[in-house]
Amino acid sequence: MTDATASLSEQPKKSKHAASLLVADARTKRRNAAERRFRMYGIAAIAVGLVFLVILLASIVRNGIPAFTQTYMTVSVELPADKLDKKGNRDLADLKKVSTFGYAPLIDKAIFAKVQVLGIETPFTKPKEMRALVSASAPAQLRDYVLNDPSVIGSTVEFKVLNSSRVDGYMKGRVTRDSVARDKNIDAEHFDIVDAMVKQGSVSRVFNWAFVTGADASESRPEQAGIGVSMIGSFFMMLVVLVLSLPLGVAASIYLEEFAAKNRFTDLIEVNISNLAAVPSIVFGILGLAVFIQFMHLPQSAPLVGGLVLTLMTLPTIIISTRASLKAVPPSIRDAALGVGASKMQSVFHHVLPLAAPGILTGTIIGLAQALGETAPLLLIGMVGYIASNYPDGIAAGFLSPNSSMPAQIYEWSKRADPAYYERAWGGIIILLLFLMTMNIIAIILRRRFERRW
Amino acid sequence: MPLYWLVLLILALGVVGFFAGRHRALASAGGNGRDLHSLPVFYGSNVMFSAIIPSLAFIVIVSIALPGFVSSRVSHMVPASEVQEGSSLNLVMAEVRRVSDGLENAVASGAISEEMARDPGADFDDMTARLKDSGQIMTAALTANVMQAAQEYRAMSHGGHRFIVIGALVLAIAGFAWAYLRTNKDFRARNFVERGVLGLLIFAASVAILTTVGIVLSLIFNTIEFFNLYKASDFFFGLTWSPSFSGRGGSSALGLIPLLWGTLFISFIALLVAVPIGLFAAIYLSEYASPKVRSIAKPALEVLAGIPTIVYGLFALLTIGPLLMSVFGRDGLGWMNGASSVMTAGLVMGIMLIPFVSSLSDDIINAVPQTMRDGSLGLGATQSETIRQVVMPAALPGIVGAIILAASRAIGETMIVVMGAGAAARLSLNPFEAMTTVTAKIVSQLTGDSDFASPEALVAFALGMSLFVITLCLNILALQIVRKYREQYE
Repeated sequence: MTDATASLSEQPKKSKHAASLLVADARTKRRNAAERRFRMYGIAAIAVGLVFLVILLASIVRNGIPAFTQTYMTVSVELPADKLDKKGNRDLADLKKVSTFGYAPLIDKAIFAKVQVLGIETPFTKPKEMRALVSASAPAQLRDYVLNDPSVIGSTVEFKVLNSSRVDGYMKGRVTRDSVARDKNIDAEHFDIVDAMVKQGSVSRVFNWAFVTGADASESRPEQAGIGVSMIGSFFMMLVVLVLSLPLGVAASIYLEEFAAKNRFTDLIEVNISNLAAVPSIVFGILGLAVFIQFMHLPQSAPLVGGLVLTLMTLPTIIISTRASLKAVPPSIRDAALGVGASKMQSVFHHVLPLAAPGILTGTIIGLAQALGETAPLLLIGMVGYIASNYPDGIAAGFLSPNSSMPAQIYEWSKRADPAYYERAWGGIIILLLFLMTMNIIAIILRRRFERRW
Repeated sequence: MPLYWLVLLILALGVVGFFAGRHRALASAGGNGRDLHSLPVFYGSNVMFSAIIPSLAFIVIVSIALPGFVSSRVSHMVPASEVQEGSSLNLVMAEVRRVSDGLENAVASGAISEEMARDPGADFDDMTARLKDSGQIMTAALTANVMQAAQEYRAMSHGGHRFIVIGALVLAIAGFAWAYLRTNKDFRARNFVERGVLGLLIFAASVAILTTVGIVLSLIFNTIEFFNLYKASDFFFGLTWSPSFSGRGGSSALGLIPLLWGTLFISFIALLVAVPIGLFAAIYLSEYASPKVRSIAKPALEVLAGIPTIVYGLFALLTIGPLLMSVFGRDGLGWMNGASSVMTAGLVMGIMLIPFVSSLSDDIINAVPQTMRDGSLGLGATQSETIRQVVMPAALPGIVGAIILAASRAIGETMIVVMGAGAAARLSLNPFEAMTTVTAKIVSQLTGDSDFASPEALVAFALGMSLFVITLCLNILALQIVRKYREQYE
């Protein structure tokens, strides 16, 4: 009874709320606004994430692209026989006695002569003052050229000289006349010469193959540094990772997915794998340092050690994806194989494994891509601080002699003082990302083409 | 004989064994494969595996154990007087190994004869002179005792190498012979081979356990060594971090607290960025987005997860740092003194974690049963009310698990903090100041230093141990929560 009166007394209030279904009342409006706001938050969150991605990629491309061009200067270098080959017998052993110090003045003179021929106004009066224009590596290049072909001695050759990083930066807009005001290495007047030579055509920017294929250079020669040698280091590491982690990962997954009984031991393995997948990568570096270098005395900075550490790091990834693709093979395949008399082992190796192969390969490629970009564990086993200036000679040396890897090389460059190295670091990142992208695209194509849906 | 020739030889023996075993099996059945117990392949594989696997295992095990064994034997030869003040046995042993390598090179180049390198009574001065002449690097730490130890070390290494070669060959031939002689048409080759293969599979699966054991052992031993040199309570509760590399130990203050504070502060800022963005992105993608939007936005966000951390590090160092500097630095608000700060690293790490949070939360939100949403919508709730009051509470444990996993990721992240957070350890509340983290200090204490005897280097292992324990606890906690949550709706 009381209930009825209560509801009756509320009646007039309720009617005030909903006069008509077609007209939204204040409360509905508020709820709808909240709904729209909530939706906007979601859109905003995704937009922010995508904006971050765009900013990241844009800054990589904007800062990295300049690394792929390099400024060169073409000059006619006189190679006087009385300086380079005092005995006149063109004997290689004698020619080698002339060090790069003997070649540097030749380049200076050649540039100075060019400046005068072109009639460029300059306050410089000595050839030696031209040295700021060219890379410190130019005399060595010239020397190598002469040693390669001693017959050019005595003649005048057109030689393409690598410009110094300041000139290169000026061409790319990184270095300005104001910014060199307090620079000891170069004066603004040098840039007048560069401007005139650009107009005349003897200074130009060309595609920088040396960056892609070349070796790292010392602190003071950023114009010469390349990522080629560390690329080879990365390649050998990836070979080790592939050769070890694929069979180990596949074998472990087959055992866990197809044979393992539900017991303590299996549980232990499962727990270990899922934990290892989440252990910070630097801890694997500590493991590598303690076990492979401290205990087993394997050489420091060797791609073999790096590969071993990265193998342990990528194993969980490969095991997890391999198990997923083994699980995706329907049990009817196994049953059919067992039904016609195959052993359990045969059913797995002859039927399940081939059917799961595309998935396994995809997982392996993604695991390799992850390993390729990993840096932290490599810092601890001595892949940094080492100047990767020599190509490994031979396959055994490729595994055992000290080398760097692409990400470690990028880190090394980012630590150097000269801002010209930052450009190299960004350029290195572009190459690294190109590799990762290629690997991921191959993985996606493999998945699209060969994955079977049962 | 170099090891790779030995391995090749054994592999060749295995290949020969395969054909020999197959042939013998077929011959014993008079050429009729049907009379065999197993397929001919299994008889071949039996001989091949018996020849290869034990000998390769022998090579691997002995090569791993040999350096440690030789070192421990030779280290008895080094008298205690040789270990000087501030030095350690490890350092002396490193010297011994270096001299031993030098001897090896000198013998190879002919500067020292094999007999002389072996003769423990050889004249010390003559030996050093010859070593120097042949271009080997000799240090002042070289004494007559060290030289003798090095000779012994070299001799024992040679002996060990011979042991490996002979042992491996004997094992290979014995395995070959044993399996070959057992081969006849009634031998159950398939069962035998399959048992062996199963053993290999189990071994491969155990590598995960071995890795964990390796991590734990390498951390524990070095940490114990560190605590012998440095008081554990000072490490765990010390408020200053100022390692000195000039005097060994003594003046160094190696307190964990400032590093841990930097780590947690940076991770906190990272989560402050990643959790709202990641969570709202996941909610939108799973509840609102059309399949088309989802198929574009989800992979695009996940690209962020595929980018290596070195890229984020460089991004922090060269893009975000200077950007923050221009807003909050001397030219702007004046809060920042340098481009590297907690904010720089935290912000970039947050960007890195967005896809991590969003894809985990996405899975978890999708796992909430549709009936719960339908019930709520049927009662007249709007979609956002349904999400806030029904879906989120149901998914909360899982999302907490995802956030804990993200936190563990943030705590263990290395490259971003090494490049973006700075190097000075500080206890401060200002996010625009440079601080440093556990991982950054592990890197700086261990790079370019091959001497593991000083507390300044060993502290890195104690830091690693702390890091490992913290992340392990967080991971186990998170996995437990996620697992429990999954079971709830299965």
